[in-house]
Amino acid sequence: MKFDIELDKCVGAGVCAIAAPKVFDQNDDDGIIVVLNPSPSPDQEAAVRDAAVRCPAAVIKLTEQ
Amino acid sequence: MKQADPRTARVVIVGASAGGTSAAEALRARGHEGPIILIGSEQHAPYDRPPLSKQVLGSAPVDSATLALRGKDHLRDLGIEERYGVTADDLDLARRRVELSDGTAAEFDRLIIATGVAARKLPHAEGLAGVHTLRTIDDALKLRSALTEASRVVVIGGGFLGTEVAAAAAGQGAGVTIASSSRTLLQSAVGELIGQQVTDLHRGNRVRVRAGSEGRVRTLQSRGGRVSGVTFVSGAPEPADLVVVCIGSEPAVDWLRFSGLAVEDGVQCASDCSAAEGVYAVGDVATWHNPRFNMSMRVEHRTNATEQALHVAERIMAGDRTPYAPVPYFWSDQYDLKLQAHGYLRGHDEVHVAEGDLTSRRLIALYRRGPALTGVLAVGAAKALRQWRSRIESGMNWDDAIGLT
Ligand SMILES: Cc1cc2nc3c(=O)[nH]c(=O)nc-3n(C[C@H](O)[C@H](O)[C@H](O)COP(=O)(O)OP(=O)(O)OC[C@H]3O[C@@H](n4cnc5c(N)ncnc54)[C@H](O)[C@@H]3O)c2cc1C
Ligand code: SF4
Repeated sequence: MKFDIELDKCVGAGVCAIAAPKVFDQNDDDGIIVVLNPSPSPDQEAAVRDAAVRCPAAVIKLTEQ
Repeated sequence: MKQADPRTARVVIVGASAGGTSAAEALRARGHEGPIILIGSEQHAPYDRPPLSKQVLGSAPVDSATLALRGKDHLRDLGIEERYGVTADDLDLARRRVELSDGTAAEFDRLIIATGVAARKLPHAEGLAGVHTLRTIDDALKLRSALTEASRVVVIGGGFLGTEVAAAAAGQGAGVTIASSSRTLLQSAVGELIGQQVTDLHRGNRVRVRAGSEGRVRTLQSRGGRVSGVTFVSGAPEPADLVVVCIGSEPAVDWLRFSGLAVEDGVQCASDCSAAEGVYAVGDVATWHNPRFNMSMRVEHRTNATEQALHVAERIMAGDRTPYAPVPYFWSDQYDLKLQAHGYLRGHDEVHVAEGDLTSRRLIALYRRGPALTGVLAVGAAKALRQWRSRIESGMNWDDAIGLT
């Protein structure tokens, strides 16, 4: 699967890193999202989907199934 | 009562903001195929509120697409019936229908109440020009334009909203006073110790802070129908051409008055967020018993609205009563610092600063309630914060937590 990140909307909530810790991390200073793995394997798909739904700023957009 | 098949059940959602929209979307994501009717009093398609006291009050222009909660047509494409500009006036539980302001009614098998809260107003300030509250995008746009002309701003209330508005107003070059009847800013939210640091931060940014009885408002003064100043229980009055009232909020439950639901301080729900058979509440309006902290709470945080909506969508589809036991989370922007906290900080018994302070832009503070670690607040320490969050999740006891610092 693939996804897009709208960095300037990120509020640093870290919900993404809690939901999908293998795919997302945060910058330690301001908590802004850091992508660890831009093309996660199928077993990460559910976690990424979960992160996209929970992110309060709709930063993560799934682009490819 | 025999409940309809959850996949085809008719779901009515009242309140079309963070909670309501997430619920609608989550139902579809979990295989719901029946009608979903999303009803919201505001004319606008669902938008996000946190930017209203941050980016929207700043000097840079913000377009409505950045505020939108979902892309244009997204909800329509999911087959969700959107009814904006329509208010729910009454709930008839026996006939399972919601009476609407346009004279129609919406019948339901399942109901999700997501009406949020409304800004509390100052008595006697009604109709006075120059007095603002902030909850909706319309409020924010009015306040934004008033700020460009104001020279003396008084913000009443030292909570998250008041402090963010004061920071924004100071950034626009106005003289700003923030008045709080507590001893420090943010006292009830984060406690006095951190509250004092936030107070110093504001003073360092040329915002005048009045606290305690000096910050307790007596009346608003006016001249020709426009506010001209604020008087206090003690200390000198403050002249003002703009007053922003940020004294908290009231759950939007007026429409439920005759429904038979318990609605004192929000819709009273069981631990699974149900308020009656097939009726749920989510977001700022919902009070429920959180078994993780063994206490009743109502959480006015953005991420909770989404999380609680996901939980309720799951309950509807699964037909079970799994309790909702989150570790709440919030953030607040104070000037160029971002405060972030996990857990339940209100009503804590003790605060321990594990590291740093606001001035050094790195701070970690731990909160105790009873024998347990129940909260953590941090600035500039996103990763450590997540570690502390998992310790709260695991119910770590306070002494063990302190041992780690
Ligand atoms: C200015 C501002 C800044 C904020 N900043 C932060 C922040 O930095 N961090 C954070 O964690 N949280 C923040 N919040 C809080 C966050 O926005 C809320 O927790 C969130 O909006 C709650 O969503 P909700 O869907 O429960 O309720 P709401 O967003 O209040 O939405 C409820 C909706 O229901 C509608 N409604 C009410 N009654 C009826 C009715 N009878 N019929 C039909 N519709 C009705 C209302 O018009 C409203 O659109 C902020 C809030 C504001 C106002
Ligand atoms: S959850 Fe969203 S807002 Fe929060 S850090 Fe991740 S991408 Fe940013």
